[in-house]
Amino acid sequence: MKKKSSIFASQKVIVLLVVIALFAFFSIVSPNFRQYSTVMSILDYSYYIVLMAIGVTFPLITGGVDLSIGTGLICYSLAGGYLITQKGWPVAAGLIVTLLLGIIIGTVNGVLVSIMELPPFLTTLCTCMITRGLGSIFSKGFGISWPAAGSEGGWFRNIFKITTASGTKIPIGFLWMILIVIVMAFVLNHTKLGRYTIAIGSNKEATRLSGVNVKFYHVMAYVISGFFAALAAVAYSAVFATVQPGTGAGFELEAIGGAIIGGVSASGGVGSVEGSLIGVFVICLLKTGLPYIGLQANWQQIITGLVLIGAVMVDIIKKKKAEVH
Amino acid sequence: MGEVILTMKDIDKSFPGVHALDHVNFEVRRGEVHALMGENGAGKSTLMKVLTGIYTKDSGTITYEGKDIEFHNTREAQDAGIVIVHQELNMLGHLTVAQNIFIGREFKKGIKIDDKKMNEEAKKLFDRLHIDIDPTETMANLTVGKQQMCEIAKAISHEAKVIIFDEPSAALTEAEIEELFKIIRDLREQNLGIVYISHRMDEIKVITDRVTVMRDGTYVGTLITNECTKDDIINMMVGRVIYEDPKTASTVPADAPVVLKVEHLNAGRMVQDVSFELRKGEILGFSGLMGAGRTETARAIFGADPKESGDIYINGEKVTINNPQDAVKCGIGYLSEDRKRYGIVVQKTVAENSTMACLQNYMSGIFINKKAEKKVAQEYVDSLATKTPSVDQLVVNLSGGNQQKVVIAKWLINDCDILIFDEPTRGIDVGAKNEIYKLMNKLASEGKSIIMISSEMTEILRMSDRIVVMCEGRKTGEVKIEEATQEVIMNMATREIS
Repeated sequence: MKKKSSIFASQKVIVLLVVIALFAFFSIVSPNFRQYSTVMSILDYSYYIVLMAIGVTFPLITGGVDLSIGTGLICYSLAGGYLITQKGWPVAAGLIVTLLLGIIIGTVNGVLVSIMELPPFLTTLCTCMITRGLGSIFSKGFGISWPAAGSEGGWFRNIFKITTASGTKIPIGFLWMILIVIVMAFVLNHTKLGRYTIAIGSNKEATRLSGVNVKFYHVMAYVISGFFAALAAVAYSAVFATVQPGTGAGFELEAIGGAIIGGVSASGGVGSVEGSLIGVFVICLLKTGLPYIGLQANWQQIITGLVLIGAVMVDIIKKKKAEVH
Repeated sequence: MGEVILTMKDIDKSFPGVHALDHVNFEVRRGEVHALMGENGAGKSTLMKVLTGIYTKDSGTITYEGKDIEFHNTREAQDAGIVIVHQELNMLGHLTVAQNIFIGREFKKGIKIDDKKMNEEAKKLFDRLHIDIDPTETMANLTVGKQQMCEIAKAISHEAKVIIFDEPSAALTEAEIEELFKIIRDLREQNLGIVYISHRMDEIKVITDRVTVMRDGTYVGTLITNECTKDDIINMMVGRVIYEDPKTASTVPADAPVVLKVEHLNAGRMVQDVSFELRKGEILGFSGLMGAGRTETARAIFGADPKESGDIYINGEKVTINNPQDAVKCGIGYLSEDRKRYGIVVQKTVAENSTMACLQNYMSGIFINKKAEKKVAQEYVDSLATKTPSVDQLVVNLSGGNQQKVVIAKWLINDCDILIFDEPTRGIDVGAKNEIYKLMNKLASEGKSIIMISSEMTEILRMSDRIVVMCEGRKTGEVKIEEATQEVIMNMATREIS
């Protein structure tokens, strides 16, 4: 146990060091990078990915996956935004609809995977397509701009960023991320829900034969994922001026990639929420930092892909080592 | 027995922290069946892996057909004529028998695979083994026994001169084992050298010519099978006599209350109209051949598989069990025959596995009370004498016997009164077996009621107070321990069903 936990702990620590090293590297190489505004934009762009990654950590740990979170995010945001901007709903009501939609799609995923026993990859690929189409229908094909900061109803944007009287921007969203990670890490490690999520990913049948209601807890993993995709939708709506239908595909890969870099095992049973948070920052730093040293988006994708392969290899090598002993 | 074909001398192999093989000697002659015995972890598998090139030896020599050799992988060993028939069959279920046998070295006509020729060649192999299998049959449609014969056919197709059987009988029925022995005798006639690894003492006596015993990575000695007794071999294996006499009388009072009553249980082809009673403090043995439907019966009672009909009464009260959750609420615990798949969650700790069935008792609000959890786990580690450095140890790092104890602890912590032990000592070494037996007796004497499914006759006769025998999904008999003999049980287990 000692040895094993030190391996897991060390992956998180190593990834954290990678994050710091990347940050230091970009700061040294590029004077433009080491600006307060860059840090702000990295954080702005990170919130929705962090939230998706926290959520998707749960299905990943059960040995499944949720591909619907990216297009889902856009879909929920468009639906909520449409009601607010076109139908005159209060912002709070729109937010609630956004969150509810996430929970509903999450439940649909969970029921299909856990109760109907469809493969998670295919199930969530289908809901990915469905949410993408739904999003366009909700917004009638147009982009939607949630109320701007400072305008009436723009208060929700201050959840993630406060601008002081002197014009300084304070990224309080980051504090929320830390808080949510602490809460969800607690859920994963100290509640039945978390315990059984890991147990299902480690050995579903043995868990079932212990008298655990595995179907319920398996569904819950997807509900959490859907709910966090909706939270991510709120963060996305708060950070970006407009939300375009038809986008969102690919967001989920950044979240899943971050979770895996952070130590979630691609085959389930192992993972941590705090690891996923750190993993996402590797991806966000590469995404924001690489253009500063002259490597454009294409390169950023290639490098992110390579980093991901490395992370999965580490996972496999660890597993092989564990088998030998 | 012919001349020596293979000699392994002074083989030494260390892994970090383990001296796996300590100057081991082993030889095989042409035309002999040579048993390799020892407890789990004695080094049998390691020795065979060194032989076939999976591991590299640290020192020592291997002489094969008069030449010193060293293989670097199984392919080289195969090409030289040394093959292993594994306990776990490596068959591709969707391919045909012939395609499986010739996988990786298919016959070709141009770029097209020549299935016709492969079928013909496979047929020839089967003829040589005097077995009747259709080479064009899909592998998944064959019984485990037939699949194993395909594996043997595959082995001899490599022009094998030495065949290693690694616990070949583990998954076979008595009839299939007979057939296997016929084939092994045939191969012996054809002057092959055969290594037979098994835990089953009875088989060793029946099929082998010599026995080499290993213990803790060392070579203990080699005996002529005919000239030694079971106890001789076991003494060499463990250094003590462990076989106890069969139980002669039940210790359960005749008026002990019935805790579990199953009536006319039906669940698919493997469970047809099964009825029986289990009394308080009783160990009820479930005997039968592989595939008799005993595990299926247990799983149906436990709610792991759906039932078609039948009633279950616990302490006289009718209960509905639709899933394992219901069964656990009724105080039934099930220890699966396949621990790794169904019993334990390997990547979790001893403590986490221990409370898996009753986590609700170790909660403070919505949070798991890890202190209480560890405390109760530690209590059961102590009382069951589970060997683990701490309750924080991952169960994957424990030995089979100790994993089994963790599963037992799981059900005891949930205060289960009815325990179903399905092959409780499978894959567990002799010393640990004894401990599990003692533990079961202790539990029964404390008033727990136990259903013990076992394919080992000695285990059935040693542990049971009463024995239910099944054959092909039906209960074919029930016998008190006082009247039970191997012959009586085997007769019931093989009864023709009209």
